[in-house]
Amino acid sequence: MSIKEILTYPNEALKNISTEVEAVDDEILQFIRDLEETRQSGPGAVGIAAPQVDVHKRIVIVDVSNMRKPVDNHGHMIMINPEIIHWEGMAKGREGCLSVPDFTGNVIRAEKIKLRYMDEHSQQHEIESTGFEARAIQHELDHLDGLLFLDRLVSRRTDLFERKVYKK
Amino acid sequence: MKWSVLTLVAADEQGIVAAVSQKLYENNCQLAEASMMRLGANFAIMLRVSHPDDCNLKEILAPLTEKMHLHIHIDNDVAEKSSAPEPDVNITVYGADRAGIVAKTTGALAEAGLNIIDLETAVAGSDAEPIYIMSLEGNATQGIEKLQKAVDELAADFDIRLSEIETLRA
Repeated sequence: MSIKEILTYPNEALKNISTEVEAVDDEILQFIRDLEETRQSGPGAVGIAAPQVDVHKRIVIVDVSNMRKPVDNHGHMIMINPEIIHWEGMAKGREGCLSVPDFTGNVIRAEKIKLRYMDEHSQQHEIESTGFEARAIQHELDHLDGLLFLDRLVSRRTDLFERKVYKK
Repeated sequence: MKWSVLTLVAADEQGIVAAVSQKLYENNCQLAEASMMRLGANFAIMLRVSHPDDCNLKEILAPLTEKMHLHIHIDNDVAEKSSAPEPDVNITVYGADRAGIVAKTTGALAEAGLNIIDLETAVAGSDAEPIYIMSLEGNATQGIEKLQKAVDELAADFDIRLSEIETLRA
């Protein structure tokens, strides 16, 4: 296993569009182990995407199961060729990125998503994700399309007031 | 190179930002963080600027301060950089406009350990019944629970809401 170097903006390679993985072979499995090791070597990242280590394939890892304050989650997910098929709601949240050191900013993301992906055993999954985990997934999937959270920043003055839930 | 903080206030007119930043650029100054806003009919800019040791910001901007009636304040030799504290809490307050709303809320929140990083307020509503709106971000240096308790107590007088900021690190 090896820890890969993380590309940081303004490295142009972060803007590349990643290609689909055709088959999960030994090389891909080895790469996934390296990607996970790289994620864990950093300062508590809940996700990482292949293009962040200069491999332009549609692979991301997301794991929000170890938050200080627990959030809804699907545990540790290795997602190959992930695709969001449904978006719902909007929420503003603060994001930072291993590829953009020393800056965090507000980004609006869908609150709830449905997505399809293949895991490292070539099993297909379709899941619904909400809140913080959905945010992490959207952040990572953006990397596959050459987008950084900087592309989606909103002003700190932009506020989305929580909708009140009226009791019957 | 030295760092200074520049504060400029003027009656709002088009082109202030462009004129100021162009002048600074021409004189080998570089901008770091900047915040600009309208305060009533005034325009205010605060900028952290790096500049050559022998550069006199006041002189550089003199033509503009006259032309655009800019009031200028300069703090020289400020620290080069400090890593920005990460807010972990957002608090919004709104209520009928009345004297003391900011003093009362921020006083109680400071006592409960709030370190304010960012604060904005506005007056809205009608002239007859103005409302005051405040939004702030900061650190709960003595824990969220203690701060939440202070917020709950303030809720008797104001509409106030605390939400935790969980920064995504990915």
